[in-house]
Amino acid sequence: MMNREPEQYSSGEVLAPPTERYTVLGWLKKNLFSTWYYTLLTLVTLYILYIVLKPTLIWVFTQAQWQVVVVNLRLFMVGQYPTDQIFRIWVALHLLAFTAGLAWAIWLPRARRIGAFLLFIPLALAALPFISGFSRINWIIFAVAALIGWGLGTWKPKAMRRPLLVLLLAYFPILILLILGIEPILKIVKTNLWGGLLLTMLLAVVGITVSFPLGILLALGRRSELPIVKLFSILYIEIIRGVPLVTVLFMAQLMLPLFLPPQIKIDNVLRAMAGIILFSAAYMAENVRGGLQAIPKGQSEAAWALGLSGFQTTFFIILPQALRNVIPVLVNQFISLFKDTSLVAIVGLLDLLGIASTVLAQPEFIGKQREVYLFIALIYWVFSYAMSYASRRLEVALGVGER
Amino acid sequence: MSETVVEVKTTPEQILEMPEEHRSEAIEKGELPIVLAHEVHKWYGNFHVLRGINMEVYKGEVIVIFGPSGSGKSTFIRTINRLEEYQKGKIIVDGIELSRDIRNIEKIRMETGMVFQQFNLFPHLTVMQNVTLAPIQVRKWPKAKAEEVAMQLLKRVGIPEQADKFPGQLSGGQQQRVAIARALAMQPKIMLFDEPTSALDPEMIKEVLDVMIELAESGMTMLVVTHEMGFARAVANRMYFFDQGQIVESGPPEQIFTNPQEDRTKLFLSQILH
Repeated sequence: MMNREPEQYSSGEVLAPPTERYTVLGWLKKNLFSTWYYTLLTLVTLYILYIVLKPTLIWVFTQAQWQVVVVNLRLFMVGQYPTDQIFRIWVALHLLAFTAGLAWAIWLPRARRIGAFLLFIPLALAALPFISGFSRINWIIFAVAALIGWGLGTWKPKAMRRPLLVLLLAYFPILILLILGIEPILKIVKTNLWGGLLLTMLLAVVGITVSFPLGILLALGRRSELPIVKLFSILYIEIIRGVPLVTVLFMAQLMLPLFLPPQIKIDNVLRAMAGIILFSAAYMAENVRGGLQAIPKGQSEAAWALGLSGFQTTFFIILPQALRNVIPVLVNQFISLFKDTSLVAIVGLLDLLGIASTVLAQPEFIGKQREVYLFIALIYWVFSYAMSYASRRLEVALGVGER
Repeated sequence: MSETVVEVKTTPEQILEMPEEHRSEAIEKGELPIVLAHEVHKWYGNFHVLRGINMEVYKGEVIVIFGPSGSGKSTFIRTINRLEEYQKGKIIVDGIELSRDIRNIEKIRMETGMVFQQFNLFPHLTVMQNVTLAPIQVRKWPKAKAEEVAMQLLKRVGIPEQADKFPGQLSGGQQQRVAIARALAMQPKIMLFDEPTSALDPEMIKEVLDVMIELAESGMTMLVVTHEMGFARAVANRMYFFDQGQIVESGPPEQIFTNPQEDRTKLFLSQILH
């Protein structure tokens, strides 16, 4: 026995790893029917799926009356935003598509196939039977804008890096200006007319972009050696985390005006935004703190030993590593914040969920809860899944968990 | 407990009373020590880690500090760039007294480079970025200059081809050589080494020691906590044996190796020199 082994490998050649190839049947056999109990499990699962899916699918395709969604599509999307001003939302979307195309070309140059696939989504939307001609044209423009951005980024990736960053930073104020309007160029559209998916998205985007840096500051504050800063951060985080979001929203609606001088009037949407931001920042802070804690002490020691100041150490060494480590948790937080915005319906805002209840109050669509709620659930799911997918791509791109 | 008196000629006053503009000249000429520790005490809670450390190091000297674990040798070397505070005594580095004043601390940290047992490279930055970060941010060098200097240093430590890799892609020995290059990039006057080879696989120790020997021969002032007695024999000017927070014995390597005075030194050396 002992003599045979070296003989076998004596040639010393480097062997390629064994490759496995399956036919469809082979794959099925290996993964679903390899033993009798796996076979049983597979069959039971299939049966359960059949029981659940059959009536659902039958209902969705034959019995459900989707008229309620088709008729109210504009309400669901933008609420009571004036029809003659909707082009402003489209402009914001086209700018977004352009930016996304540019970013895709520069940051994910190799993910061309997924990009092309994503490009089909607006085109597919343009082909939907029940949307207006105006929307159809705009979805096509959307796809073209993305393609132009992608083309520019691919053509001059180095030179486009800076414009991309500027665009990303400027997008947020531009978005608000476009939606809100600025006299005399664009008519002001009062926030009480914002609604539907538009309002949901705005609340989520503003909530995420503002509460994120706020959360980082709070997390750093909680680790600070300055007692006042530390105490304030701890108090803030612990108080907010001890209160449900609904309470914070009600407080923002009812109490915020009490604290402010009577001349200053903040409208409902802004108050809800403030509530969401304040609430989310506390959770963001704890997530970021978790990341900060995981960075070994040696990292800051090495930075100090090089002469970096405390701020430089935090900014260049600690935060980049900490944030990279908590991407999954942060995205989780973003997703839950996106869905939590539906609570503003309780304080009377007409976000996606709020619009759903007004639609259901229309006399011709009474009793169409199933269609309406399934539709908005689908919208929430699409965006949440997109975020989760994007985060996974980001993790791969940044090499989280590889080190 | 018998104590060999460890000779320190300089008093802190001698340095501090000299006008600042003359200090660096005197240090340059070797009239004053570049590092002076005077009666340094430190406690961790109730535990007395450093119990009156006196040491002076002149420009260009290579000092090896050794001793059993828990003897305070790492703690002491870390007080020199104030990674550890001390409660009593004085430390004067390059004519600047280490005080609570954050500006003094940052000044001293700019003049001292440190190499750690665990390398402590920044894993999210490439080798090149690791080396150029401090020169760009602290010394405010333009990027091109910092990269040029960094490339020279990477050549000096023998890994210029790894410049664009991340630390996680390098072997332990290569990482430690990057760490040395990173410390040197700030053009420090003093290099502190805290057990630089203790976390390395045996076959990688030599490549790091070779770099350190070359550095010592180039005239760098070095304080090295290590048990690599071959290194000490080759380049050390003086060796200090630490035990229980005190300097038990010091002297040139020949004396320490061939004629140690203290029983504790003899016992320790017999344990590590098999």
